Amino acid sequence: MKKKSKAVRYNKWGYIFLLPFIIVYVIFQLIPMFTTIYNSFYENYMSGLKQIGPNFVGLKNYNTLFSQGDIWTYTKNTLVLWIMCFVPQIILSLLLGAWFSDTRLRLKGQRFFKTVIYLPNLIMASAFSMLFFTLFSDGGPINSLLMQIGFISEPYKFLSNTGSARGLIAAMNCLMWFGNTTILLMAGMMGIDTSLFEASEVDGATSTQVFFKITLPLLRPILIYVMITSLIGGLQLFDVPQILTNGTGDPMRTTMTLIMFLNKHLFSKNYGMAGALSVLLFIITAVLSLIIFKVTGNDKRKG
Amino acid sequence: MLSDHNEPNKGLGLHTRRVIAYIVLVVVSFFCLFWFYVLFINATRSNGELQSGFTAVPSGNLIKNWTNLVHGTLPVWNGLFNSLLISALCAVLCVYFSTMTAYAIHAYDFALKKFIYPFILMIMMIPTQVTALGFIKLVSRMKLEDSFIPLIVPAVAAPVTFFYMKQYMESSLPLSLIEAARIDGSGEFHTFNMIVLPLMKPAIAVQAIFTFVSNWNNYFTPALILHEDKKKTLPILIAQLRAADWLKFDMGQVYVMIAFSIFPVIVVYLILSRYIVQGVALGSVKG
Repeated sequence: MKKKSKAVRYNKWGYIFLLPFIIVYVIFQLIPMFTTIYNSFYENYMSGLKQIGPNFVGLKNYNTLFSQGDIWTYTKNTLVLWIMCFVPQIILSLLLGAWFSDTRLRLKGQRFFKTVIYLPNLIMASAFSMLFFTLFSDGGPINSLLMQIGFISEPYKFLSNTGSARGLIAAMNCLMWFGNTTILLMAGMMGIDTSLFEASEVDGATSTQVFFKITLPLLRPILIYVMITSLIGGLQLFDVPQILTNGTGDPMRTTMTLIMFLNKHLFSKNYGMAGALSVLLFIITAVLSLIIFKVTGNDKRKG
Repeated sequence: MLSDHNEPNKGLGLHTRRVIAYIVLVVVSFFCLFWFYVLFINATRSNGELQSGFTAVPSGNLIKNWTNLVHGTLPVWNGLFNSLLISALCAVLCVYFSTMTAYAIHAYDFALKKFIYPFILMIMMIPTQVTALGFIKLVSRMKLEDSFIPLIVPAVAAPVTFFYMKQYMESSLPLSLIEAARIDGSGEFHTFNMIVLPLMKPAIAVQAIFTFVSNWNNYFTPALILHEDKKKTLPILIAQLRAADWLKFDMGQVYVMIAFSIFPVIVVYLILSRYIVQGVALGSVKG
């Protein structure tokens, strides 16, 4: 407190250093956010060559959004794709994380394996899905490989069947994100007090018991964090299905995600509907973020 | 090797578990690398060779595919240049100003701090997609379509990078050091540039790489802003390649184009992988 007069002299620098962030944030994110919300209450689209609006229509866009039914299909698609990606991913990540952090197991070449599993996370999603598109196309290398080893007699149409098209998208995302999840979970596991493991070892617990009775319960906050950030990421799923299906969401719109739907409205300049959809996505993300806030906040109070 | 662990164990033996772990790790690694291996092989093969089926050995047409690609219709060199320019400038702006923002919160005590810090944490999770509509409206009102400014300047306000920098400062930037610099008569701006930034080098390196890579890979926003062919970035060109009637395309060229977008990142990653993997783990602690 004695230093206060001196501190005040310096503290104006706090504002000066914050200024670039605040200015850029307000111009490029806050104002766009308000414009987005504002547009969601206006009718504003092209009908043929004729521009309709902008006219104030209240909640009509939201009404149309929910009554048209498309939104439910795309929400279901997005969630199905997320679950197909998340379940194998979390199982694999827990397993690998437990092995990497197990001091008794002493796995060799850990750095090599960590480097390899994290690698797909940095790959350009659009290039990666273009690669999968060419590899899994009807006359592509995977089909010819499967035919050469006699597994199938004629090309399997990966991209024309709902199951395999969704499977490819989920597999690509899983491949791109499980390394990241493994490293996060491993960091969490390393943070667990080792005396707990030693005590359980003395008591003769098997590694399966240790995993389910000690590691998992103590990892709960991090698991919830991983799950919700993954869900937020899953809602943003765009690049992979967009490139893989060329924006059509084929077969029969079963791989069309919410952001692909938004992108469609943005490109056709249907700003009212795009606004309503954006606001909806914003609310969902905000609720999910609040849950993270609560979970990590509780965690800090305990620690 | 196992002698110190040979007490009776009710579950699977340590040795068995180790073998299972290695098998799973090898299989998983195979699935991580296989696609890039096939990509490399196919990029070296001519269109005719590619039609005749799959092989595991490279052929000699890499250079030919490459020259065909750069002399084709896609503005590949422009794409590369645009991607590099945007990603590099984003990385520089993002790490410099995020460190500055973190420093403002870390080193100073001012009235609004109690409000601004939680605010930045709150907005951290908002995806750019949900404000995209307002963003493109703003860009067209500012007459900045087909300009790189709306893709580069927003990098100044990056809440996630800010958060990482703030965490790093808490563990490795003692306030006494800044106090000492003040006593020596160093101005605040000078202290930040000459003392704080060098101390933050490890965190800056990690975040610069992440920002570079995420902008290099970014498809959604650039696709909404850039329409002119010469202004397009690599992901947009890839999407264009996908939309083209690709059956008529020389597949060798397609693979070279994909390889060209992916392999630079892989090479940089392999050189710096130790820092990157460490950085991910660091950022996660108390995320």
